[in-house]
Amino acid sequence: MSEAGQRLEVTSDQDVVRVRQLVRTVAVAVKLSLVDQTKLVTAASELARNTLVYGGGGSVEVATVNNGRRQGIRIVFADQGPGIADLGLALTDGYTTGGGLGLGLSGARRLVDEFDIATEVGQGTTITVTKWCR
Amino acid sequence: MERVPVLKIGDILLVSIQIDMEDQVALQLQEDLADRIVATGCHGVIIDISALDIVDSFVGRTLATIASISRVLDAETVVVGMRPAVAITLVELGLSLPGIRTALNVELGMDLLARNRAEEYDDRDDEDEDEAETPAVNAS
Repeated sequence: MSEAGQRLEVTSDQDVVRVRQLVRTVAVAVKLSLVDQTKLVTAASELARNTLVYGGGGSVEVATVNNGRRQGIRIVFADQGPGIADLGLALTDGYTTGGGLGLGLSGARRLVDEFDIATEVGQGTTITVTKWCR
Repeated sequence: MERVPVLKIGDILLVSIQIDMEDQVALQLQEDLADRIVATGCHGVIIDISALDIVDSFVGRTLATIASISRVLDAETVVVGMRPAVAITLVELGLSLPGIRTALNVELGMDLLARNRAEEYDDRDDEDEDEAETPAVNAS
């Protein structure tokens, strides 16, 4: 079950800050622990920056979810950018095409409970992450 | 664009990051600090991140870069005040901040810088003594 989420466009550095703030607000509302809030906001920051830098901008949607037992947060990052040609490589620690540390994608995956990525060259990339309350 | 202030206290530059920085603000801070180190001749930089509720890979990299730039400009950087949840998240993210000195708060950071500076002077004194003990071969 998923409730209607809030959507933000990501086209500038400022929007990445807004994504962090929105995710923080929702994380507090569903009562994630402080460490889990911190992990989720950090992951959202990495992925929103990827959407901006590699995807050429896109959108982020934040929604609360409930699997019957637990509440959680689901965040969807979508862009219509170039897509990722070699997903395995992109998910490797230290691999980067953008001059960063290469920890964004692989690091964000470690910080959330569920991580799903759909990408097609020339079509764009959609990443869905979920963090559940303990 | 917002700017993070750089304060001079004695021989130390103190930066307390109180805002959720845009990437550009972090890069600006890097430049401002390099300029201030050269302008003031300060030998220590303290970056207080106690107000930051997250440090992502971009901010982490910026801190590491600031530490490297400072070192080249004869100043040492200490990052202070990291929250426990931030530390846990950083390590899980895969960032261990190599080359960055840390202390738990500003006061301990200042102690660390003062201690390191004193040791450095001691080393220099020792070298001077060594030279003095060497017989002056060229003296006629």
